[in-house]
Amino acid sequence: MKRREFIQQTTAASALVGLGGFGLQSFSSSLKKISILHTNDVHSHIDPFGPQDGRNPNQGGVARRASLIEGIRANNPNTLLLDAGDIFQGTPYFNYYGGELEFKLMSMLKYDAATLGNHDFDNGLEGLYAQLPHAKFDFISANYDFSNTIIDTHTKPYKVFVKNGIKIGVFGLGIELAGLVDKNMYKETVYLNPVEIAQDMSRILKENEKCDLIICLSHLGYNYRNNPERPSDLSLAAATKNIDLIIGGHTHTFLKKPTIVKNSIDQNVLVNQVGCFGINLGKIDFYFDSAKNKSSEGVSILV
Amino acid sequence: MNFKNLFLVLGLLLGMSCKTPTDVFKIEGKNININDSLQPVASIEDFVKPYRENINKDLDSVLGYSVDTYSKSDGNLNTAIGNLMADVIYDEADPIFFKRTGEHIDFVLINHGGIRSIISKGPISKRTAFELMPFENSIVVSKLPGANVKELLDYLAKAKRAHPISKLKIVLDKDGQVVESSVNQIPIDFNKTYYIATNDYLINGGDGMDFFKGSEEVIVLDYKIRNALIDHFMKTDIINPVADDRFIQLKD
Repeated sequence: MKRREFIQQTTAASALVGLGGFGLQSFSSSLKKISILHTNDVHSHIDPFGPQDGRNPNQGGVARRASLIEGIRANNPNTLLLDAGDIFQGTPYFNYYGGELEFKLMSMLKYDAATLGNHDFDNGLEGLYAQLPHAKFDFISANYDFSNTIIDTHTKPYKVFVKNGIKIGVFGLGIELAGLVDKNMYKETVYLNPVEIAQDMSRILKENEKCDLIICLSHLGYNYRNNPERPSDLSLAAATKNIDLIIGGHTHTFLKKPTIVKNSIDQNVLVNQVGCFGINLGKIDFYFDSAKNKSSEGVSILV
Repeated sequence: MNFKNLFLVLGLLLGMSCKTPTDVFKIEGKNININDSLQPVASIEDFVKPYRENINKDLDSVLGYSVDTYSKSDGNLNTAIGNLMADVIYDEADPIFFKRTGEHIDFVLINHGGIRSIISKGPISKRTAFELMPFENSIVVSKLPGANVKELLDYLAKAKRAHPISKLKIVLDKDGQVVESSVNQIPIDFNKTYYIATNDYLINGGDGMDFFKGSEEVIVLDYKIRNALIDHFMKTDIINPVADDRFIQLKD
């Protein structure tokens, strides 16, 4: 019930958040647009659901997703494509090919980065390791310490992309594996506190890397109403600063539109998640003015 | 304030806003549905096709025949389809368990909700196993003290659902109390420990089966339930399970 109220409030507020600023139109000549596209919890859903499917008839499908993404990129080449984990598990494609096809297709769709979900450990670290050569994109994870595993050096805590002169820092966060994944599968992977890591990462990306835009790719889950202590995207957004966008996964939450959350210094953070099974694609467009700057005041958020 | 001053103020404001960093930006966000209004990219379709055909060929190759259609809603305390699944787990897992530990599984308990589809009359294939068990759950064996076995029986008596069991017999009286419980015709001895095969979801307290928390030991077989079904289908030509008297309630 609380969550519903929250969503309704953000709906009312999100029509146009922050009326400050003088409008972009007067500076449109130097306007830069960055599009962030994202998926989560695709779970090996390569083919679309059939017309007879009880829940999602005629939805999803990687070949259709490819055409949607191609269209968006043709319109704006300054686009990043990200995935928030649980690429694996859910259809016989995974059981037969162990994730090979998922990674190959994501590479064909030119994904820029993905983070790891709990199900990406379903064939163990060895199973994941075996498929890594098929992925032409980076795995980004800041709070899994893989030093004592074969995955060591095969992931990065963060990656900085430069698109049209705009620096975009992306860091990854994964969920606690104990209790969710068999220990034999994740072995010596060490889970680190995601909130502390997020604070470090956002500082590094802001101060050292001088990023204009900071994105957290999270598999923590959207919100745990009955267990507020459990780290989630909403609690992470409120407990950190300098993060502009949290792209979430794990809870298969079908948000109608991104949620706007106030961070620890009362600035707006967007939290988005697009359900599961490749049914939806998230699209967040950031418009930068000539000075490349931004602040919480004067940002209009249209969701 | 006269007009001259007003223009001066406006001019200053506008001038300032253009010279200093303006800090203005806009964000637009939306979630776009992927559906049949989008034209699939042919090169992606062509790439997937051989993988799909290979999987379908394997999934749909006929392993046997089912003489009827079986559903988990056909029955109260035990069903033909549930009995098949629990019996398959016993038949396929016990030899592995015996080889590893020198002990035998006493009985099997899985959950009614774990049967994810019907078995349709006609050909049986690997796809049937994927439909019945789309998840990766695997078989584990709990070494469970008698006191917890008592809780297990009380759980089943209270739930009154056809949670699939094998090798265990339970009789409830008309009031729903357990009046008989046995394994291989020998009444359950609550001072003994029992080896119970179940799945990794239930052993961790799934479906409120908290009695498994009393396990003295959990033996992981690394054997998926779906693979046990496939192994069974591969050596069985005719699938013909029945509801029987393994879990019943007396009328009077």
